[in-house]
Amino acid sequence: MRLEARTRRSRAALLLAPFAAIAFTLAVTMALVAWAGSPIGETYALLFAGGFGSRFAWTETLTRATPLVFTGLSVAIAFRARLWNIGAEGQLYAGALAAVAVGGLHGGTGFDLPAGVLFPAMLGASVLAGAILLLVPTFLRTRFGVDEVVTTLLLNFIVLLAVSMLLDGPMKDPAALGWPQSVALRDDLQLDKLVPRTRVHTGLVYAIVAAAILAFVVRATTLGFEMRAVGANARAAAFAGVPVARTMALVAVISGGLAGLAGAIEVAGRTGYVTLDMSPGYGYSGIVIAMLAGLSPLGVVAAAVFIAGVLVGADSMSRGVAVPTYIADVIVAVSLVSMLVATLFVRYRVRLR
Amino acid sequence: MTASGRGAEADAVLRLSGISKRFGAVVANDAISLELGRGEILALLGENGAGKSTLVSILFGHYVADAGTIEAFGKPLPPGDPAAALAVGIGMVHQHFTLADNLTVQDNVVLGTEPLWAPASRRAAARAKLVATAERFGLAVDPDARVATLSVGERQRVEILKALYRDARVLILDEPTSVLTPQEAAALFSTLARLCADGLSIIFISHKLTEVLRVSDRIAVLRAGKLVATLDAATAQSSELAEQMVGRAVRKPVARDHRRGDTVCAVSRVRVDAGSGALHDVTLALRAGEIVGIAGVSGNGQQALADVLCGLRAPDAGTVTLAGHAMRADPRAWIDAGVARIPEDRHAVGVIGDFAVWENAVAERYRRPFSSAGIVRRTAARKYARTLVDRFDVRGGGIDTPARALSGGNVQKLILGRALTGGFAQGDDFTPVLIVANQPTWGLDIGAVAYVHQRLLDASARGAAVLLISDDLDEILAIADRIAVMHGGRLSRARPAGEWTRAAIGLAMTGAEVAADAA
Repeated sequence: MRLEARTRRSRAALLLAPFAAIAFTLAVTMALVAWAGSPIGETYALLFAGGFGSRFAWTETLTRATPLVFTGLSVAIAFRARLWNIGAEGQLYAGALAAVAVGGLHGGTGFDLPAGVLFPAMLGASVLAGAILLLVPTFLRTRFGVDEVVTTLLLNFIVLLAVSMLLDGPMKDPAALGWPQSVALRDDLQLDKLVPRTRVHTGLVYAIVAAAILAFVVRATTLGFEMRAVGANARAAAFAGVPVARTMALVAVISGGLAGLAGAIEVAGRTGYVTLDMSPGYGYSGIVIAMLAGLSPLGVVAAAVFIAGVLVGADSMSRGVAVPTYIADVIVAVSLVSMLVATLFVRYRVRLR
Repeated sequence: MTASGRGAEADAVLRLSGISKRFGAVVANDAISLELGRGEILALLGENGAGKSTLVSILFGHYVADAGTIEAFGKPLPPGDPAAALAVGIGMVHQHFTLADNLTVQDNVVLGTEPLWAPASRRAAARAKLVATAERFGLAVDPDARVATLSVGERQRVEILKALYRDARVLILDEPTSVLTPQEAAALFSTLARLCADGLSIIFISHKLTEVLRVSDRIAVLRAGKLVATLDAATAQSSELAEQMVGRAVRKPVARDHRRGDTVCAVSRVRVDAGSGALHDVTLALRAGEIVGIAGVSGNGQQALADVLCGLRAPDAGTVTLAGHAMRADPRAWIDAGVARIPEDRHAVGVIGDFAVWENAVAERYRRPFSSAGIVRRTAARKYARTLVDRFDVRGGGIDTPARALSGGNVQKLILGRALTGGFAQGDDFTPVLIVANQPTWGLDIGAVAYVHQRLLDASARGAAVLLISDDLDEILAIADRIAVMHGGRLSRARPAGEWTRAAIGLAMTGAEVAADAA
């Protein structure tokens, strides 16, 4: 058996790949559901009803999707340029912390600035924090050839430990009864609810606008041309006069910035403060989402909603049948592997003998 | 070359019947039947992509044919089994050598012939056999030399020795002269004659007409996967072969009266430190309306020179000026100054394979003139690409086809068009100041070669200075006005083409003349 490169790749196959991957994933996880001793049909029905079956389910899914759109975009834009940013998780926490540092109540009071000034400053700080966190590995890569997969991945743990230290130290909320959580964000910096009496907030709008802007940048601008060129063939891009290192740095700023923004929006829209468990792996799920979306910014929105639905649905499903919520993590992880294999099949055909 | 080649049918050592192989939609080999006689040199002639390499890969067991059978020495050869091919005595010398640089000649030759669980290498016996083989066929190499220290010609001898050491009776040579100087090639040809006299049979793969006519007994011409002709080398004409290869009559480029202008680009005492591909004290002046050919075996610093003149690399010492201005190592500055650049590796450096033809057409000028306020002017870019595809006859798809899907010749036309029109749809408005063409016809078919040469001649007639770097001596002799030879990172003085003989260039390619010049 061998793989043979296809001479022409079909556009339909490319569009179909994520659906095939998801179908395959659900088929695989059936075995786990059966192993847990639950009826497969009912489990999946509960899962999807929990994610998409009601108005409440939708609002919960969209709330969960908001940070996932940002991390998905962060990864998609970096991967486009072949900057393998595995550090969105750490960048998210850095962004969240920066948001609270600017907009939080330190010792009962925040910065004495109007919300109209402080809100953009807060978002700016989170973008900056995320960007710097990715710029360093990017510089190490373009300058010294250090593998950014390793550096960005390991930075996640460093950031998480630093956050842990700060939440137990200087940024700890004295009013939190000893819990390691940060000081709270000023009330007037918190995002409005999109739908009353639900948790969906205007962060979703920011996410969709970001996706639309990014889609335009990638497709129509010279920066998009440069990013795609560097990703597709850096040597040829350099020959044609594309400033490769500068493009990489810009991609790092955008990618890290988006992940940082995910943290700020999550704090301002949902939690109000930073805790060590505020992200159940949004940064890593961003990788899955970006791949499912074929690195297309608008596809990221759809993929993020799907993944969020699975995560939310699994919570309510586990209350109905005896399948643990971890099934959601399995689905997310298996769908990444399936998507990689599906993409492989779009590019290659298998020939027996 | 040898009389024994005549009785091929009676005394066939290899018999291929009806070999077919498809890769997706591409038919690489279409029902090819061939016989190889004992003591015969059979040339496989064909353009890149004609199916030569596929055919020998099937023969050697790298690929399995979709249809057809192979018989070796009267017995069927099991398909897809290189070990079986080796066992019956088929040896292959690849175009790109498969030697371990850090081992000695003897270790390379013996490697893979001894069982891994043997307690000790039988070095003495191996050495005796190696020395005997080398002596018998006049393949002089020091068995204890490390391969890294050997010249290209010597490495090729090691490769041949490797096959002979394994008792090969059929030797397949894939484009064996592509890396050799004319003198080394002549030495190879006499080695081949000795091998044949000893009863070995040889398959000689090439796309060079002259050497095929010179070295082989019979010539099998492949075109687009089909065997179109099998000719007797003694009576074949080179024009006839060329037509068979291409499938149509080939027009030779028309040379023109040349007039020299002023110096456009001056390279002065340029040094580049880059290990084996370094440049030492290279000085060269390129004048308007003149084609300067840089001859030399590739890997002698040509890439570094091209990189400097394409704005990819700053010299470590020395100066480069263009129209009197010192130049920075920034491709964009060179492009904007009107330098047309044709890189050596057209697929990996010349185009971005995943990008559409239209995106590649504007890749050098996506900022100016094909964007405004940071937005790519898509309509203008596509319109330009369309006229480019038309004027430069880029076939194999429209402007939305990924460049990856184009053939080498069409990729080269795209690069040529992009470089020579400078982003103007009406190309006559623009003449490049300087054209840097690094191996511009490597691997192209004869028709495309003539096309590229004609374009370079036309541009130089309009006043462009042309630097033509090539390891194909015929190409340089055909169109260059002045010729300089590169060896070991040093460049000889560029002299008018009329003052050179082929032999003198060949000698200079080995370093002899360059050293004399430098002294």
